[in-house]
Amino acid sequence: MAERGRGDARVIPLTSEARRKARRVTPNEVAARARAAQRRSQNRERGRQNRMATLERLPEGGGLVSGVMADPRLRRMAGFVRRRYAGEYVVDEYGFDEELTEEVLLPPLRALYRRYWRVEVRGMRHVPDEGPAVLACNHSGVVPWDAAMLLVALHDEHPAKPIVRIQGADGLMNMPVVSHLARKAANTVANEVDALRMLQEGEIVAAFPEGSRGLGKSFKDRYRLQRFRRNTFVEVALQTGAPIIPVGIVGAEETYPSITDVPVLARLFGLPYFALTANMPVPLPSKWIVEFGEPISTEAFGPDAESDAMTVFNIADGVRDIIQQILYRNLLQRRTWFW
Amino acid sequence: MGRRVLITGVSRFLGALLAKRLERDPDVETIIGVDLQPPLTAFERVEVVRADIRNPLFVKVLQATGADTVVHANVVTDEFEMGRGAMKEVNVIGSMQLLAACQKSETLERVIVKSSTEVYGSEPNGPAFCTEDMGPLGPPKSGYHRDVLEVEQYARDFGRRRPDICLTVLRYSNILGNTVNNPVSQYLGQPVVPTVFGFDPRISFIHEDDALEVLVHAVGQEVPGIFNVVADDAVYLSQAIRLAGRIQAPVLPPAPVLAQRALRFLPFVELPDHLARYLTHGHVADNTRLKTVFGYEPRYTALDAVHDFALKKRAERIVREPTPPQWEDDLRRYIDRKLAEGPTTAGGG
Repeated sequence: MAERGRGDARVIPLTSEARRKARRVTPNEVAARARAAQRRSQNRERGRQNRMATLERLPEGGGLVSGVMADPRLRRMAGFVRRRYAGEYVVDEYGFDEELTEEVLLPPLRALYRRYWRVEVRGMRHVPDEGPAVLACNHSGVVPWDAAMLLVALHDEHPAKPIVRIQGADGLMNMPVVSHLARKAANTVANEVDALRMLQEGEIVAAFPEGSRGLGKSFKDRYRLQRFRRNTFVEVALQTGAPIIPVGIVGAEETYPSITDVPVLARLFGLPYFALTANMPVPLPSKWIVEFGEPISTEAFGPDAESDAMTVFNIADGVRDIIQQILYRNLLQRRTWFW
Repeated sequence: MGRRVLITGVSRFLGALLAKRLERDPDVETIIGVDLQPPLTAFERVEVVRADIRNPLFVKVLQATGADTVVHANVVTDEFEMGRGAMKEVNVIGSMQLLAACQKSETLERVIVKSSTEVYGSEPNGPAFCTEDMGPLGPPKSGYHRDVLEVEQYARDFGRRRPDICLTVLRYSNILGNTVNNPVSQYLGQPVVPTVFGFDPRISFIHEDDALEVLVHAVGQEVPGIFNVVADDAVYLSQAIRLAGRIQAPVLPPAPVLAQRALRFLPFVELPDHLARYLTHGHVADNTRLKTVFGYEPRYTALDAVHDFALKKRAERIVREPTPPQWEDDLRRYIDRKLAEGPTTAGGG
């Protein structure tokens, strides 16, 4: 259980006629990965120094303040507030703010994850410690809680705590408050340039290829995977030789059973959909199961496979089938919506 | 024979710095500084020509000086300095006339145009890093954005018509450091910094020392192409404000467009249009080509630039009116030289 390297994950080729012209890692990619690794270690070191610096500055010795500060949790919190106030924290080049994510964003999400939705994770061993890898997930439930739960799952249940760069929808960065918090929790706007760059640097990227179509679909279509909006995730995976890991998330569909879509209101607010639900602010406490499928190798497709529309389509279709199977399998194991 | 360099916008920050830096360069034979305003500092070797680059007669200046390198550093960012109309005149008409004059020149070998990463614009859906081969991310929404796009269009046309001349376009991100005074430094220098509520853009800077060295490098080496001039990393606006020791004040209403308006008309901020948008969505340019093709490794990160800026602000709190020491020095040297030359030439000071 302890060592789950990338080598341990069994990678299945998707098609039998996969060509044998295995793609080699280019020198550019090697350099990019080395640079990124160096930057990551620098960031980690700077973060550690910042933490040490604030710890040292906290009052020592007698007095009321240090008496209170003897509590390690309080010390930690005080240090955090101090670093925030002085601006002495580390943000990586894509805007991921590790400290903010761990101290502020994750705790409430974790409560939802553990207590409210009681998320069960399967197949975590299929997720490598290090990228490049592409997670392809189904998307559902009006409000994208599934993306948040994916973040918690990978942070809490994976031994290596990989940073997962979730590719958000187009409108995401135009929403006040949500936009910058999402970015600080390692989200970006889904686009080919970013995804390619991240994969070349050896990051793990998560995509929701159904897009808003999956999120806003009506309740009667639950757990029926929608047509993929874009197959960019396959293209970038092929280009960088990253394996695709299909992910099926069960439970998000029942958080807000959508009664109907109101296109007029959607147009009015400039949203992709406007789902009318009975319980809008409060999600229902459904039982969630997140399963990571076996990685699908994309290395065997040879160079320039990403420009072959048929190959891309076939792979995307295969991934879609696998996610659908994962969903059905896990649905059978759930007795009702709620447990 | 040394190089003959003509610098436009020599009375502006970067132009003046470059002229001063090239004065010390033995490879540079002549430096001609062109601007309408009188120069900020006293120069030793720079021949200052008070001419208008918008005037078609500028060709004559270029011919008479026989310059082999033109550095066009006269693109104005601050629309409150001269007003939007004049700014557009200087940026667009000025660049057009200058490049037209360059096109006719017989002696020119290199043209360096200082552009801005503002060509990408600030869009919520933009990528994390903009590379040089990208066009604008959306239609231009500010006057400055339009200006820069037009300047680059003229530069491209020029490059097509005179392929024999090495054309370098440098897309600068905002310059920050301990001396520069520009809209961004003024903005970050306020005791309370208003921001758009609910938005915290990733932004980046180039340290003023790096900004200068890149120009020097472009003058000295033949490096044709477009390059983003920006530090390696990006910072959040909120972190920059905290590091600078300022207080962030998010401004309502949350509707971003309205908040941008509000930001512009608050009495204590003078924010150019493009900056209001930049401070909502931001953009960060990628400097890989600067490091690999151009051959310059920025020495400062964006965080370092903010740190230097913060240091300057902290010093200002103690010393009200800081006198830049190098100016004093220059002035003394200038007077000494004038005195040594004798009373006939010393007048007019």
